[in-house]
Amino acid sequence: MKISRGATITEPGSTSLEETGSWRTFRPVIRYEKCIRCMICWNFCPEPAIEKKEGENYPVANPKLIKMPVPVINYNFCKGCGICVNECPTKAIDFIREEK
Amino acid sequence: MPMMMLRGNESTAYAAKLARVKVIPAYPITPSTLFPEKISELIANGEMEAEFLPVESEHSALSAAIGAAATGVRAMTATASQGLALMHEVLFIASGMRMPIVMAIGNRALSAPVNIWADQQDTIAERDSGWIQFYAETNQEALDLTLIAFKVAENDKVLLPAMMGMDAFVLTHTMEPVNVPEQQDVDEFLGEKKINYPVLDPEKPATFGAFVFPEHYMDIRYSQFIAMEHARSVIDDVFNEFEKKFGRRYSKVSGFMVDDAEIVFVTMGSMTGTARETVRKLREKGEKVGLVKITVYRPFPKEEIVSLTKNAKVVAVVDRNISPGFAGAIFTETVASYNNEKKRPKIIDFIMGLGGRDVKIENYEQVYNLAKAALRGKFKEINWIDVDEEAVKEVEGTL
Amino acid sequence: MNYEDMEFFAPGHRACAGCAAPIIVKWVLKISGPKTIVVNATGCLEVFSTPYPHTSWRLPWIHTAFENAAATASGIDAALKAIGKRDDVNIVVFGGDGGTSDIGFQSLSGMAERGHNILYIMYDNEAYMNTGIQRSSSTPFGAWTSTTQVGPSRPLGKEEFKKPIAEIMAAHKIPYVATANPAFLPDFKAKIQKALSIKGPKFIHTISSCTTGWRHDPSKTIEIMRLATETGIFPLWEIENGDFSKIKITYMPKQRKPVEEYLKPQGRFRHLFNEPEKIKEIQKMVDEWWAKFETKS
Ligand SMILES: Cc1ncc(C[n+]2csc(CCOP(=O)(O)OP(=O)(O)O)c2C)c(N)n1
Ligand code: SF4
Ligand code: SF4
Ligand code: SF4
Ligand SMILES: [Mg+2]
Repeated sequence: MKISRGATITEPGSTSLEETGSWRTFRPVIRYEKCIRCMICWNFCPEPAIEKKEGENYPVANPKLIKMPVPVINYNFCKGCGICVNECPTKAIDFIREEK
Repeated sequence: MPMMMLRGNESTAYAAKLARVKVIPAYPITPSTLFPEKISELIANGEMEAEFLPVESEHSALSAAIGAAATGVRAMTATASQGLALMHEVLFIASGMRMPIVMAIGNRALSAPVNIWADQQDTIAERDSGWIQFYAETNQEALDLTLIAFKVAENDKVLLPAMMGMDAFVLTHTMEPVNVPEQQDVDEFLGEKKINYPVLDPEKPATFGAFVFPEHYMDIRYSQFIAMEHARSVIDDVFNEFEKKFGRRYSKVSGFMVDDAEIVFVTMGSMTGTARETVRKLREKGEKVGLVKITVYRPFPKEEIVSLTKNAKVVAVVDRNISPGFAGAIFTETVASYNNEKKRPKIIDFIMGLGGRDVKIENYEQVYNLAKAALRGKFKEINWIDVDEEAVKEVEGTL
Repeated sequence: MNYEDMEFFAPGHRACAGCAAPIIVKWVLKISGPKTIVVNATGCLEVFSTPYPHTSWRLPWIHTAFENAAATASGIDAALKAIGKRDDVNIVVFGGDGGTSDIGFQSLSGMAERGHNILYIMYDNEAYMNTGIQRSSSTPFGAWTSTTQVGPSRPLGKEEFKKPIAEIMAAHKIPYVATANPAFLPDFKAKIQKALSIKGPKFIHTISSCTTGWRHDPSKTIEIMRLATETGIFPLWEIENGDFSKIKITYMPKQRKPVEEYLKPQGRFRHLFNEPEKIKEIQKMVDEWWAKFETKS
């Protein structure tokens, strides 16, 4: 075990070593073919567990959007709150009960 | 080095200036009000460069001092009594976060009943807060010990805040000749503040004041305890350096005519002067009496006290504070210091001078007589000196 | 520089699923960028983001106590000034409604009066959530909390009105005061940006839904905050230099939705639906606010 004087922490952002994916009871799954890459889900994910990735290798709702970034859910952190599911304007995110 | 006539509060304000303190948040309270006033004046006159924050409470004063210290700069504040009590919560935070803040205290009674005069209850009540505690006997000591406090607090092995107490009015408001050191000498003694702990810096982000679980909390507290233990030798080293530079000698505890003394007074703060006079007077009459003065109360100088009092037959501890339900704090800790000693003197507590009651030679003579009676076996463990027993009996009944 | 694609707030924190506070934080930091020092009052955010030895913060961050975040920030402001590093660093404070409207109000008012160059953000989840949903002065009229329990002798929940903290801060005549709502993200971002561009004390009051205390489904966090503004219960406005006559309402609902739409999905208001006249009272309060300020804007 290590401690630090005054409990000061010098590893910024280190909660990312503590995964919260096991909190989930429902799993959001993006159906890219319905996704218009508006990034609203990315805007509102509280963890944040949605990453912005280059979109060329993902299915696309409209070929014009192929150059746009896509949202990719990091299940190590997604707590399954469902905000993204609720906010997605095209209902592109399914919410599936986790099998435990 | 110029001699100046200074009040205690001015001594500590000059110490702040000489230490090149960068941030001074403060809130007025009798008897420490003159400190922020003097700082404001020094800045207004262009004699001092610092950010003075006239905050809206003592709680905020110390909070702002933590913010400043966490940013890496030297920070100081001053308060007394109710102000210190209001800071209670923040005192533990400052020490727990290991912020080397220095604070000058005008030692004053705590309400109720409200009373603005000399009494050490305010700082004694904060003895567990993790701050180093110095107590001055004179205004010269107030200045010197403030400078010393910075050097100790900022030491790599310590990194703890320190408070420097001086008795209300007797020191805070009384003019005394003070040898004010030259800026260059103080610069050489203290140096620029080192950045020897993480600070709030966007280039190197750190998190201060995290939420700590039982898994780590106790170890962090233990490390703080060890730092306070380290302070013992660091304080001695700094006292030595100070003597080399400025020629004035300090010790955590100093003895006066203790070598052959059968009865030894233990005192702290301004009431030591009267005790010393009493000792001289009694010595002239051939009485074997001595005096031990405490300058550092935290860390408590247990070994030094034992070594200076162990040859006495009676140790008469004078406490300007009281813990209702037990005794004065210095008494309790002196007794505890003897825990592992085979041979121990009788240790008796004398509660004296609370709320600014005059401490006179007659009072010490009374203490001496009671201690002498104890030599013959007759004594009470806790004695209130110069109180009206009859008046108290009338309202509280007989014990 | 635009830092919107950077994350200064790391995942792995322990906020309840669906908590709005991290959404607020991540967006404030995306706007303020890397040259920011964050001060946090005690509360949910402080606790869930710094489980020692880890931290979610990728920026310098300090927490000292519950009621003194503004004072701590004042000391940082002074220290940066003293060492000549003040200009290029933002100081941002996050305080809960308890740490701001109640116990921390004195130090906040002091910071504002002294004119420190600090952006203070109150994330308002309308109760003391960290200690288990006790009422604060910011809890709205009619809300159940663990200290405004609902029962036959007390059918209403909280009987007092919400303290208008942003208006009180505007009365300090500080350069910038605004209300904000992360559900209205462009407006939210613009306000953070604007606040940071102004020197002096700034105060932003942002709504921050708490799924646990407000008793709603976590997926509804943004939806419910959006309804708070669409019903007019949480109007979005800004006031500069305390000039109430020039209040700017930054989102003008074409037609305000009835307050029921906001109250209904929240368990903390469930009992109100047995007291329809109380709901009318809430509607009246909202209408009065708009009658007073809408014309000015
Ligand atoms: C002086 C003091 N009193 C009480 C507490 C206990 N306490 C910690 S957080 C908190 C409530 C915080 O409420 P708020 O500021 O609204 O933040 P939230 O947790 O709701 O985000 C309380 C009462 C404390 N830490 N310090
Ligand atoms: S369910 Fe919640 S946590 Fe998971 S990706 Fe969606 S918004 Fe983020
Ligand atoms: S909100 Fe829906 S449509 Fe928009 S980016 Fe996310 S998944 Fe795609
Ligand atoms: S209790 Fe409420 S405010 Fe606190 S973390 Fe949970 S949702 Fe967020
Ligand atoms: Mg709250």
